[in-house]
Amino acid sequence: MSKLISLTGNDAAAHALRQSRPDVAAAYPITPQTELMHKFAEFVANGQVDTDMILVESEHSAMSAAIGSSAAGARTFTATSANGMALMWEMLYIAASSRLPIVMPEVNRALSGPINIHCDHSDTMGARDAGWIQLFCENSQEAYDTTIQAFRIAEHPDVLLPVMICYDGFIISHTNEPVAMLDDAVVAKFVGEYTPARKLLDVDNPYTFGPLDLPEWYFEHKRQQIEAMRKAPAIIEAVGKEFGALSGRTYEFMEGYRMEDAEVVLVALGSTCGTAREAVDVVRESGIKAGLLKLRAFRPFPIARVRSALSKARVVGVFDRSVSFGIEGGPLYHEVRSSLYGGTTPVLPFVYGLGGRDIRVEQIAQAYRTLDEAAKRGVKERDVEFIGLRDA
Amino acid sequence: MSKLPSWKEMASGGIIPKGGTSHEKDVSGWRTYRPVHDMQKCIHCLRCWIMCPESAILTKDGKHAGIDFAHCKGCGICAQQCPKKVQAYTMKLESEFKKG
Repeated sequence: MSKLISLTGNDAAAHALRQSRPDVAAAYPITPQTELMHKFAEFVANGQVDTDMILVESEHSAMSAAIGSSAAGARTFTATSANGMALMWEMLYIAASSRLPIVMPEVNRALSGPINIHCDHSDTMGARDAGWIQLFCENSQEAYDTTIQAFRIAEHPDVLLPVMICYDGFIISHTNEPVAMLDDAVVAKFVGEYTPARKLLDVDNPYTFGPLDLPEWYFEHKRQQIEAMRKAPAIIEAVGKEFGALSGRTYEFMEGYRMEDAEVVLVALGSTCGTAREAVDVVRESGIKAGLLKLRAFRPFPIARVRSALSKARVVGVFDRSVSFGIEGGPLYHEVRSSLYGGTTPVLPFVYGLGGRDIRVEQIAQAYRTLDEAAKRGVKERDVEFIGLRDA
Repeated sequence: MSKLPSWKEMASGGIIPKGGTSHEKDVSGWRTYRPVHDMQKCIHCLRCWIMCPESAILTKDGKHAGIDFAHCKGCGICAQQCPKKVQAYTMKLESEFKKG
């Protein structure tokens, strides 16, 4: 059933989008997302997918066009990275608050400045409060699988929120890996037809889209968005399970590695989790009961599940690939620490890989040793530790 | 004002779920000036009826039949549009009416 072929993350996502048969794509090129849309445009030009491509003049226009198209009732996607998404910022909020199930691969790249085109998570983390579902991928296979699932999650009547598929720039987007693709017909059946409850082009049932929402209404609309986010976890899980039955690859909210008896646990997102698994094996040989908790969803953030997964840990380290200036540790650290509020387990922050700085097995192994030492010395709190920084 | 719905009862996405809802909203409080119409001078050309942005000029049998003051915002377009030789409208400060 599955064909194993060599694909970059961008190509894998492009195939997933082709197979999901969107009605409209609006995009503007930005490294490292460009190849995704290049590939998709090729599919359109070759007649392999019947999608209207709107070539716009900026990312602000890309998201605006996507909003209009989605409101009209079309299955819509766009894709972007870093400064491209920063230019969309205003419209990201409007897409989410208008409850439009737009799907967007977001190829993680550092936000300028200084100018940098390589991987970190500062772009996505900056948009964490825009109201989008944010799913992170470890490799090309996950980029492919998650893109397919994203349409089902976004379009579910209990959710109706836009979904960002976050995968690491260059490390995933430009690296060829074996990817098991499903047949076109199988994906088409899984994703299904998009039948919105309301669409602007339905002239027999008129409504006003995007009106002024004054103080007597706005609060209630925000509460509805909160409710959709609260309902999203069950849908994300159900879709992941259903996808597993189809493909043999079940997706859950998070994925543990050697967590059964783990005492020293790292929490991370994205491609670094593959490297961290190797590091777990390395330090296990020296007697440290190491484990890895890979989170798939950053929004909605699975607080109760994280608390439960970390309940046996003696010490927890959190790997952030972005910073929040003016407070110790990055966004992932703060969410993990909040999840463990009231407990006694120390949660210690690490920041690594900014602007595409490489992260290696030995560096993560060292982080495990550092955590083990800190637990033995009874360290409860400390400033962030920077991995791979010239710090002499 | 009637009781507003809770977030559970509202349509999602910030939309107004049906057409014609502006009719339900009383915007008389927005007015600074009120158009006062003199039926004796009026020649029923209905230019004001065509130009009123709020459809607040009432008609009956093709003739001017008064002003819907729940929706008139007092913009004065009716008075501007009224032919110079007719001048059936005078714009008066709303406060003059409130004095009693």
